[in-house]
Amino acid sequence: MGSRASTLLRDEEIEEIKKETGFSHSQITRLYSRFTSLDKGENGTLSREDFQRIPELAINPLGDRIINAFFPEGEDQVNFRGFMRTLAHFRPIEDNEKSKNAAVSEPLNSRTNKLMFAFRLYDLDRDDKISRDELLQVLRMMVGVNISDDQLGSIADRTIQEADTNGDNSISFNEFIKVLEKVDVEQKMSIRFLH
Amino acid sequence: IIWATLRIERGIRRSGSNRDLNSAPEFEMSDIFYFARRGVASIMDDEVTKRFSAEELESWNLLTRSNNNFHYISLRLTVLWGLGLLIRYSFLLPLRVTLAFTGVGLLVFLTCVIGLLPNGRLKNFLSQKVHLMCYRICVRALTAIITYHDSENKPKNGGICVANHTSPIDVIILASDGCYAMVGQIHGGLMGVIQRSMVKACPHIWFERSEVKDRHLVAKRLSDHVEDKSKLPILIFPEGTCINNTSVMMFKKGSFEIGATVYPVAIKYDPRFGDAFWNSSKFGMVNYLLRMMSSWAIVCSVWYLPPMSREEGEDACQFANRVKAAIARQGGLVDLLWDGGLKRGKVKDTFKEEQQKLYSKMLVGTQEDRTHRKGALSSL
Repeated sequence: MGSRASTLLRDEEIEEIKKETGFSHSQITRLYSRFTSLDKGENGTLSREDFQRIPELAINPLGDRIINAFFPEGEDQVNFRGFMRTLAHFRPIEDNEKSKNAAVSEPLNSRTNKLMFAFRLYDLDRDDKISRDELLQVLRMMVGVNISDDQLGSIADRTIQEADTNGDNSISFNEFIKVLEKVDVEQKMSIRFLH
Repeated sequence: IIWATLRIERGIRRSGSNRDLNSAPEFEMSDIFYFARRGVASIMDDEVTKRFSAEELESWNLLTRSNNNFHYISLRLTVLWGLGLLIRYSFLLPLRVTLAFTGVGLLVFLTCVIGLLPNGRLKNFLSQKVHLMCYRICVRALTAIITYHDSENKPKNGGICVANHTSPIDVIILASDGCYAMVGQIHGGLMGVIQRSMVKACPHIWFERSEVKDRHLVAKRLSDHVEDKSKLPILIFPEGTCINNTSVMMFKKGSFEIGATVYPVAIKYDPRFGDAFWNSSKFGMVNYLLRMMSSWAIVCSVWYLPPMSREEGEDACQFANRVKAAIARQGGLVDLLWDGGLKRGKVKDTFKEEQQKLYSKMLVGTQEDRTHRKGALSSL
């Protein structure tokens, strides 16, 4: 009713998003309502400022890196599809999905994709490698001014030393996966919805 | 618990190395998961931004403005809505606007007349009667149905009345049941005219825009006022801005530093009849008032809570939080530590630095430090 018709989500779109992300109908409409409330410019897309307006995100030391994960290379706006695609990484893995046929294309919230999301938080220049420099920068974001350069440097060195198996002094995605093979990624990188 | 399990796993893996467990910093690449998860969770939903827009209703109340999530449901409902529209706009609205003009007009005129009288008991008496009468007319103009609870706790002279803030109507609601000295910034336009005439009849505390920034000046004027027992209790909204009536946000401590008795008041609107929240970034004042006057009614409850004073060893901040908690509890509102100023401004960097500090302590602290921090971090 009223002038909101143009901003309502069409059923076909909801179906497409459901297939792509695995969210339920009610979760999608709820997140759509969240999307529109963040979209202050009311133009159907979110900019980085829209995200930064969330206080709990603004105080997160890695807030900017997380916001960046929503925006594809070189773009400044993200639409609802892109928004959902990124959020889908944090959907919990249902029990009945675990036995899914490997022939089906990998769901967005698979273990590998969750790890990929985390990997990309470290990989600042998106060259699929975490260099010592990049690791240092991310560490610096997490600890602020509370740890000295030297100490941070030795943390970075030790981490790369432990992870790097092919000796190129940087961490590739496969090396990353290996380091974290014992970690319960499914649980740590999942957000449960209330309904 | 998550960090502890991680540490045990790490301990088992490292037991072969010659590093001392207690002093080596323990960064793991998986630490990033913690930040990522919290960040994305706040993107999905957070406690703060939703307080600055109207509350979502569970079922529709036949007002289009509350119709964000409800689409066309049935013909019968549409007919009902149409009928409601007719009644509201052609009957209720003109009636209410007339009343509003009458109320405001009388207020301005009569307070000017009373201002001509010499200061004394007669002037105070008449001023109170006039204020009450005009506010009550305004209450009718909004069709506000107010239930006052615990009137024995009503604020007395020399005290400060604090209440949670949802809209400018809060003032009318409280002032129609008791006489207060208002505090606020002088505006231009119609508002300014009203303010200037009100102060002729009895002392209110209006500040020039420039004076508002000067905290000491503000505090001095407030404390001068409360010391004069012949003056009316001050009415203040410590949140500093309108919140959507689902929560109470941080109270600015200025009014709690003065040392006067505080009379807390909780105001809770029933959203089913009309949403009273003023979203000032979306609607101007006139637009807002028209919306109020074309709703079904404003239904609200007012609770006068027992007076509170600052206790020994309590600072203004703690006192403010104690009052806030009491108001939140009575009104059934969520008690938040966040500042209502976040409606317009950015969050301070100190909060982010706090987070970084906590994480750093976890990395390089001693074993006891880490066990202690683990508890603190998991509650972040």
